[in-house]
Amino acid sequence: MSGSISESIVLITGTSRGIGEYLATRYLEAGCRVIGCSRSKVSLDSKNYTHFCLDITDEAAVKTLFTSIRKQYKHIDILVNNAGIASLNHSLLTPMDTVSKVFSTNVFASFLFCREAAKLMRKNKFGRIVNFTTVAVPFNLEGEAIYAASKSAVESLTKVLAREFADFGITVNAVGPTPIDTNLIKNVPSEKISELVSRQAIKRKGTAADVKNVVDFFINDTSDFITGQVVYLGGV
Amino acid sequence: MQRAALLAIVESVVDELNELKSEQEKIQFSEDTSLYGQSSPLDSVDLVNLLLAVEEQLEDEHDISFTIANEKAMSMRNSPFKTVSTLIDYLMSELN
Ligand SMILES: NC(=O)c1ccc[n+]([C@@H]2O[C@H](COP(=O)([O-])OP(=O)(O)OC[C@H]3O[C@@H](n4cnc5c(N)ncnc54)[C@H](OP(=O)(O)O)[C@@H]3O)[C@@H](O)[C@H]2O)c1
Repeated sequence: MSGSISESIVLITGTSRGIGEYLATRYLEAGCRVIGCSRSKVSLDSKNYTHFCLDITDEAAVKTLFTSIRKQYKHIDILVNNAGIASLNHSLLTPMDTVSKVFSTNVFASFLFCREAAKLMRKNKFGRIVNFTTVAVPFNLEGEAIYAASKSAVESLTKVLAREFADFGITVNAVGPTPIDTNLIKNVPSEKISELVSRQAIKRKGTAADVKNVVDFFINDTSDFITGQVVYLGGV
Repeated sequence: MQRAALLAIVESVVDELNELKSEQEKIQFSEDTSLYGQSSPLDSVDLVNLLLAVEEQLEDEHDISFTIANEKAMSMRNSPFKTVSTLIDYLMSELN
């Protein structure tokens, strides 16, 4: 990235709704070139936005996405590994199929995007990767064994990749949101959310803007000495 | 793909790597050149850069979508990336 964020090429996963859509909209407003992906179509409409309709767990499709980025732009500056799914269930009632879906989406796909993005970032000896975890990890929330375990894995990935990618000028960090009103938590009972929020130092739900604030810090040019960190919202 | 074609790709990639190196650091290219391990003139970043450049050339010039990733990459005993020759053998078996 040369100077300001406005000249950056930013890849965001999961831009069809929620936090990913918000981030894509804001970074487009800031003048970035944004590349997004999700299985469903998006409403984002800008000449600086390119969408790939794909399942992030499909390695061949992801590889094609990176080939087209490489052919068109040669490199990328920033990867925001936002796409993710949650699962709320008692472990004794959780089918293995759910375990597999959650891990494929949250862990395997995050790894795949980190691997392929770093290949492109290494050329400029510059890159910023932001992964997504959750406060469910430090809170060890009941009912979220699989979701929390998958995000713990994302935290480990973040810390190890930070070391492996440091030689290439790439930083890898993670943001851990508190509950934010999106599709992801719409089926979680409100008592459960209130209980969770009451365990935070600052007792309110988060917003996508709170997430962006942390992402902004991580991707800043001057954050080149910040890597392998996990920042939770809300005071955990 | 033919052995000679693969060898040419690896040689051109080594040439590219050498452009950034001082005279003493330059990698002498041959089939026996060691790519991984104590006797190798490459550090781990060089090795990663070399393998990824091969991956890119296969895609750009030969339209072959291939991911250079291997379980035994870091094995001292049987890494397919030990020498230029084992790398070519590996590519031949994966691609053909
Ligand atoms: N909201 C919260 O309370 C909260 C709290 C902590 C952490 N987080 C984390 O924040 C991130 C974003 O969550 P959100 O609340 O914005 O969720 P969301 O509203 O459900 O959006 C998830 C996005 O990910 C995409 N996605 C999911 N699976 C995909 C797949 N297999 N292939 C491609 N795209 C896929 C979805 O697109 P399609 O369905 O169209 O494919 C959608 O665009 C997640 O990593 C989540 O774990 C959220």
